[in-house]
Amino acid sequence: MLHDCTFFTRKEILQLHGRFHELAPHLVPLDYTNQPDIRLPLALIVSMPELKENPFRNRIVEVFSEDGQGNLSFNDFVDMFSALCETAPRELKTIYAFKIYDFNVDNFLCKEDLEKTLNRLTKGELTPEEVNLVCTKAMEEADLDGDSKLSFSDFENMISKAPDFLSTFHLRI
Amino acid sequence: EDEEEKVGEEKPEVLSPEELEKLKEEVDERKKLISTLRGKPWPMRKKLLTLRESHEFVEKYEGALGKGKSRKLYAYKVMMLKALMGRPYGSMPRKTVPRADEANAMDFAVLWDFGVITNYLFGYAQYSVLFYGYYNSQRAIGWLKFRMPLSYFLVGVGTVAYSYMVVIRTMARNANEDGGGDNNSFNFSWKMFTSWDYLIGNPETADNKFASITTSFKEAILEEQESRKDDNIHLTRFLRVLANFLVLCCLAGSGYLIYFVVRRSQKFALEGLESHSWWERNEVNMVMSLLGMFCPMLFDVISALENYHPRIALQWQLGRIFALFLGNLYTFIIALMDEINLKREEEEVLKLNMTIWEASLYNGTLGANSTAPPITVHPADIPRGPCWETMVGQEFVRLIVSDTMTTYITLLIGDFLRAVLVRFLNYCWCWDLEAGFPSYSEFDVSGNVLGLIFNQGMIWMGAFYAPCLPALNVLRLHVSMYLQCWAVMCCNVPQERVFKASGSNNFYMAMLLVILFLSTLPAIYTIVTIPPSFDCGPFSGKSRMFDVIQETLESDFPAWFGKVFSYASNPGLVLPFLLLMVLAIYYLQSTSKSYKQANLELKKKLQTVSRTINKVLTLIQYLLYSLCGTCTDIVCPPESTPCVVLALT
Repeated sequence: MLHDCTFFTRKEILQLHGRFHELAPHLVPLDYTNQPDIRLPLALIVSMPELKENPFRNRIVEVFSEDGQGNLSFNDFVDMFSALCETAPRELKTIYAFKIYDFNVDNFLCKEDLEKTLNRLTKGELTPEEVNLVCTKAMEEADLDGDSKLSFSDFENMISKAPDFLSTFHLRI
Repeated sequence: EDEEEKVGEEKPEVLSPEELEKLKEEVDERKKLISTLRGKPWPMRKKLLTLRESHEFVEKYEGALGKGKSRKLYAYKVMMLKALMGRPYGSMPRKTVPRADEANAMDFAVLWDFGVITNYLFGYAQYSVLFYGYYNSQRAIGWLKFRMPLSYFLVGVGTVAYSYMVVIRTMARNANEDGGGDNNSFNFSWKMFTSWDYLIGNPETADNKFASITTSFKEAILEEQESRKDDNIHLTRFLRVLANFLVLCCLAGSGYLIYFVVRRSQKFALEGLESHSWWERNEVNMVMSLLGMFCPMLFDVISALENYHPRIALQWQLGRIFALFLGNLYTFIIALMDEINLKREEEEVLKLNMTIWEASLYNGTLGANSTAPPITVHPADIPRGPCWETMVGQEFVRLIVSDTMTTYITLLIGDFLRAVLVRFLNYCWCWDLEAGFPSYSEFDVSGNVLGLIFNQGMIWMGAFYAPCLPALNVLRLHVSMYLQCWAVMCCNVPQERVFKASGSNNFYMAMLLVILFLSTLPAIYTIVTIPPSFDCGPFSGKSRMFDVIQETLESDFPAWFGKVFSYASNPGLVLPFLLLMVLAIYYLQSTSKSYKQANLELKKKLQTVSRTINKVLTLIQYLLYSLCGTCTDIVCPPESTPCVVLALT
């Protein structure tokens, strides 16, 4: 049934299960027919090589977890990789990108969210004035309704014209 | 519950056609929901639940739909009514058509060139299929009556036309993707949200990426700050004029140097090539290659005077290198023209001698008007004319070979040797070789792209006279690719500047178009003005190469076709047509300008309108809130405006 809800084939889902099991072999059963409710903590998931170097790894895992704390069940795990895979449509990716960059989870990208994003991207190499300048400029560019925060429609409008979005916002497993 | 009871009391009856229709629609809806489920931004639990329910629904009713007139259906009817009343997931699932990924690759689709050629070509291969001289001028070959000269001509013209089409189509596509000049309006936002590559898993790559993102932000900040500052205009202008003057001097100097060297090589050729050293024989090509290597560095130094924005400076630099190469190429072609004229004079002399030679074969045994049995002479003994077309082909081949060799040698010495020295001498040197002077060489993207463009230009120029040149260039490009791939991985560091010459690569495509135009000019000129050699090539014996078209029209097509063609090619018709095309271009350009303007206006209006709407909604919220401050169930917290809209309706 999982393969109807994701962009993966049955074989790929089995491979994913293998990877999930590798993360915690003593916790994750090999047999999922009883639908056990096993969740792996955030720390284990972000140790995966695909996520290890990503500055937004914590946010990604939190977005796809049901409790918002980063504990993923296998279903959530598959969902995460499916939404970020190559065949996922642009609209879906935009929705999840918005959620990932929304650090305070208020359905808006406010200036603090932008500053946090920038600091993670540059590893704190920019001075505070430069950070301020960049965030102000970005807000000016994308904020259509003038409320000094980016709603989903502002974000979507900006991302839809971005040439690099689909090729960079994509995980492969 | 009412519905259920009412139905239960009625007699069990068959479903009416409308109800059947509704049921069918519902089943189709569910099926569509199942197929679009993977594109929904729901948590997995919700997706699985929906899937299970929809599956059950579909299975139950699909069977039922087939039968239609069964007594048991009244129970299904009840359940159907329930389902229609309370669809748990809202309205029709929206279509989420996966949009095809927009590839963001550079469109250099025009690279169809090939080959590495050796000195063998200037021996036997001179008479082989690689060069023009091989082809026979027989009009129709074999039982298929293959019109060889016609096909040679048409292929030549056709490849040029196809190249134009491809380049212009790529430019149009790039311009469309631009979004109508929108690419500067989301600079910072895009850098923030789309610059990190989620595929990175290697710590070193990640470090590089962090560094390059930081650099890119710093550049953008600099650009933003520079656009706000005012410099001493007069000094800047003076310096820029001075820089351009110096550049012009350089270009003139290099043009003269090439001219001088070409003249000298003509002198050497007259004296016989064997009596000169290797350098003197290949002087022209070596000089051109060396100029191509050192002048760009000189331009780089001069451009420090100009104090331009980095992207503008890059465009100027590329433009100057372009002018340099163009100047060199055209000097080369003019020299080639001289040689062609020389060969044609030789040909005249030879023709004269041939009549004398033929006469001598018959040993004066013929009278003025009598015929005699033809004397067989071995083909190798017949004196061959100096085929100027083959000579042109050979010159191009030589040019391309030396260009290739220069590139490879520069790569090996400039990149590889330098990297080796820096790495190993660093242990016993006073300053840090890796960080300071020489350090590893950068991979210069724009320089390499320019090199490719010029290589392509040379192929376009020479392809008519050396037909297999494109095929051989493919080989050369394959070798180049592997060699440069290795060199980049092994000896290069990424560029410090992350500026591109243009947002959509249309700058390079425009250069390619100009090169295409300029490269095909000499070939077209030679086709139209110079008569072909009398004894070599597919057009031998004709007075002009394009006579082959005339011939084909006269002999292969019906008479009326020839008449139509002659009317159509009448200057009285062609000139008005050209005028019409110019007017059409002007019209299209002005309408496109006005559309762009209208576009910008609409965008501004959109922003104003959405700001106004937001303000109005906020006002209404506060009004409602103040009016019914206790009615908390119809007024939601100020953030969610849809709730307010719902309250209003």
